[in-house]
Amino acid sequence: MTAIQISNVEKSYKSLKALGGVSLTIQEGEFFGLLGPNGAGKTTLISTIAGLIRPDAGSVSIHGHDVVTDFREARKKLGVVPQELVFDPFFTVRETLRLQSGYFGLKNNDKWIDEVMGNLDLTNKADVNMRALSGGMKRRVLVAQALVHKPPVIVLDEPTAGVDVELRQTLWKFISRLNKEGHTVVLTTHYLEEAQAMCQRVAMLKSGQVVALDTMSALIRRISGSQLNVHLASGDLPDDLRHLVSHDEHGNGHGGGNSYSLRVNEYAEVEQILARLRESGAVIDEMQLQQADLEDIFLQIMDKGTV
Amino acid sequence: MSKGVSFISVGFQTLFYKEALRFWKVATQTVAAPILTAMLYLLIFGHVLEGRVQVYPGVSYTAFLIPGLVMMSVLQNAFANSSSSLIQSKITGNLVFILLPPLSHWEIISAYVLASVVRGLAVGAGVFIITAWFAHLSFVAPLWILVFAILGAAILGTMGVIAGIWAEKFDQLAAFQNFLIMPATFLSGVFYSIKSLPPFWLAVSHFNPFFYMIDGFRHGFFGVSDVSPWTSLAIVSVFFAVLAAIAINLLKRGYNLRH
Repeated sequence: MTAIQISNVEKSYKSLKALGGVSLTIQEGEFFGLLGPNGAGKTTLISTIAGLIRPDAGSVSIHGHDVVTDFREARKKLGVVPQELVFDPFFTVRETLRLQSGYFGLKNNDKWIDEVMGNLDLTNKADVNMRALSGGMKRRVLVAQALVHKPPVIVLDEPTAGVDVELRQTLWKFISRLNKEGHTVVLTTHYLEEAQAMCQRVAMLKSGQVVALDTMSALIRRISGSQLNVHLASGDLPDDLRHLVSHDEHGNGHGGGNSYSLRVNEYAEVEQILARLRESGAVIDEMQLQQADLEDIFLQIMDKGTV
Repeated sequence: MSKGVSFISVGFQTLFYKEALRFWKVATQTVAAPILTAMLYLLIFGHVLEGRVQVYPGVSYTAFLIPGLVMMSVLQNAFANSSSSLIQSKITGNLVFILLPPLSHWEIISAYVLASVVRGLAVGAGVFIITAWFAHLSFVAPLWILVFAILGAAILGTMGVIAGIWAEKFDQLAAFQNFLIMPATFLSGVFYSIKSLPPFWLAVSHFNPFFYMIDGFRHGFFGVSDVSPWTSLAIVSVFFAVLAAIAINLLKRGYNLRH
């Protein structure tokens, strides 16, 4: 079943086109990453999903409910952690969460509120006024507010921006659990290693357009491949392997040898390269297989602007 | 977790409770301070004008002034409640907590307006309790008192919603309050009967809806008023309906709320 359907969404602010016809389908139970540089349109897209921004064209639906025409049903299915660190200074943490439950039509929700607070290490702050909390604690409350109604779709807009390692670990543990229980998760983050660790599928936005959309593994495989770094104690790289060189540091290797970085698309190619080096009489004294990561792909895609 | 099922939705109840709790948590500022202000008005104007002015036969100036001050406090505080809550939430960004849930336009406006009515009535009751000691007051038609107090507070609460939605900065809201609400309140006959005005200003006063709220409210105390309370009720009701329609329309369009 489709969790979020985004169809040709366009949004402009005067002359700035924030979203230029974005279409995405996110399936139920997915952990989906929405990546892009600042100003790419991620928050505009999330705000459109949340109904905070009305698109100029196109439509968005959550579990089949249009976010404009059927907004009540759509919003019941959605929990959003906003990017800005906002809070209501009049209330304690528990009051804040009870109020948020009530807005979603839930009374007597303390059991789940306690569980959410427990999972986000907020229990000992339950009766503390929001004003007295640190930035990291306020961020936890924002996450808790988005989860008070157990939404099947959770949208996290840079939830770990400026927060410590402890919160990140706590948050990802809890969100992973919810995802395993069937909740769909959409994440935007500038921490690409987080996206790589958590997301099954990724869309990359640039200037309001989707420039890449694939599973994490396919994206990494398709775009970049890996690198085999070798340092030769003696001998030299055969000519027929030189086309694989992506970067070399002649003369900088240990013992006067040469260092090479060779592009490798499949693991089987590693054995072929090593065999060819042995044949040519070269002696390897250091070797490392470096996997391409999301950051390499991100930079590559943002440079090229498309897949 | 259980879903509350009732005629009055849980969403509405919660938002109303939040709005009422918000002003109650700072009651010194939102309830006690306006009561003190009204008390000062009574002491100064009552001291200066008592014995010099008689608006209705057999009614002292202080007795005439008290219902006006009570109603003025009701109106100003009802406006302040919804308008300040909305502008603060907009500027601090926490309005998102109201915009993300599945609250209907009706639930939102009803909750904000009802909380404004509660604050307006709380302040009005406080002003009355403190000032009633200074003059002999009669209660000829208590129902009129209640009807106009509630309707007046609802109207100003709705105006507060409109102003809170429209304003993007505190100074825009202050302009709304200082250039519209304050003059309309002060020129509505709080301190005088409009019959004492020159013909031009007497005619102008009849276009001020605030005049009908205060005149009708005062009728409940003395049984006399500048116009019939039924006329006032009709005008005030129509004014409320128009304002409510405007506020609902703004919320539906997401004006200055959903961009």
